[in-house]
Amino acid sequence: MNMNLTLKVWRQKNAQDKGKMVEYKVTNISDHMSFLEMLDVLNEDLVNKNEEPVAFDHDCREGICGMCSLHINGEAHGPDRGVTTCQLHMRMFKDGQTIYIEPWRAKALPVIKDLIVDRSALERIQHAGGYISVNTSGNTQDANAILIRKSDADKAMDAASCIGCGACVATCKNSSAMLFVAAKVSQFSYLPQGQIERKERVMNMVEQMDKEGFGNCTNTGACEVECPKGISLEFIARMNREYFGAKIVSEK
Amino acid sequence: MSQGFSKSSVGRKILMALSGFFLLLFLFQHFLINSLSVISADAFNEVSFFMGTNPLIQYLIQPILLFGIIFHLIMGITLELKNKSTRPIPYAMNKPSENASWMSRNMVITGIMVLLFLGLHFYDFWIPEIKTKFIEGNMSGLNESGELRFHEELLHKFTDPIRVGLYILSFVFLSLHLLHGFQSAFQSVGFNHRKYTPIIKKLGNLYAIFIPLGFILIALFHFHVKIRF
Repeated sequence: MNMNLTLKVWRQKNAQDKGKMVEYKVTNISDHMSFLEMLDVLNEDLVNKNEEPVAFDHDCREGICGMCSLHINGEAHGPDRGVTTCQLHMRMFKDGQTIYIEPWRAKALPVIKDLIVDRSALERIQHAGGYISVNTSGNTQDANAILIRKSDADKAMDAASCIGCGACVATCKNSSAMLFVAAKVSQFSYLPQGQIERKERVMNMVEQMDKEGFGNCTNTGACEVECPKGISLEFIARMNREYFGAKIVSEK
Repeated sequence: MSQGFSKSSVGRKILMALSGFFLLLFLFQHFLINSLSVISADAFNEVSFFMGTNPLIQYLIQPILLFGIIFHLIMGITLELKNKSTRPIPYAMNKPSENASWMSRNMVITGIMVLLFLGLHFYDFWIPEIKTKFIEGNMSGLNESGELRFHEELLHKFTDPIRVGLYILSFVFLSLHLLHGFQSAFQSVGFNHRKYTPIIKKLGNLYAIFIPLGFILIALFHFHVKIRF
């Protein structure tokens, strides 16, 4: 079934522009389309009318790259659960519906243009500690040579499935990045390769997170619900333990 | 110089949780003592006299309690102000109820309501106690007719229907605060376990509903008794 929709889209020329919501109509939208394909239709229309197309982030369009964002009708990645915006089907919407499309809102994730935000704050947190030391002088050890408990490997993988999209920040009433940072801290904490920098990692990443201007976690759990990868609040608790354990013996 | 524990977001939530745990324990013992007032006026008088005059409680535990309340309050407001500043441009359309409970999103509102009640509670009980004991210097705990005065003072406060109404309303807000706060404190100190967290959440709901309800029933009991006689 095809749908006609009213879109209210955030338009903002550049980082300095004030920006505003602009209303558009799209017609003949197939319910098999993804949300981004619907935006492609809108942009085709705009280009044909010699108007500036709506800028939005996207890359793989199969839910693994973490590029697409969008706050759709009041929810990060829209009304569906466990999906990114590129995986969101138009069958989640009804004919004649009005859809609000906004960029992630957080001081730490400023808008660059229209629906695109600058997520380099998340990158800088990753730079502060989201890595391991590996000997690359030619005799690098095969990672599989070290045996790892299955349950630990599974947990590390669960944490590592975070794609860094920023939905947790966008949906949190405090714009807290704790779910992201917790996932990045936890994935290494379960593995033998992650032990060398374990204490410094959590302290440095939390410090960077605070410097970037993200808010504090109040355990509302909204991030876990909206996360397209189902990252669990368990990891935030784990990060809190890691942090306490590291800080209490830290000489710095 | 690295970031101090009490300056960091994670450190602060741990401190917030620890002060919360302390206040949960305090509330529980307060509830137990209040329950005595229904069972036996004499027992309530004895325990109140002990709590009111024992030097360890008066000069060690009471200041810690005051510090705990003030710390929880100031830290809560500091965190809230910081959190409010992180999203200068709000969403035109937002559906917070789709992914988080009302209680978890409004801890500041329920907290401030409990704080207002504490103001009234201090005015009703704590300030008169301090006045009697430390300004007038009367540490005997006796009234003019030579009996322990605590149960009588309690009854006196529960004669006014407006006060009882405010009291009930305050405990409803406290219940809402605890429905999120109890389990949230465990999460903040890093206690999240597949097996135990569901139990903690159930226990938290029981505590958050039955302890405030208990306080309300005790108030209504005394109010009702007063009316009947």
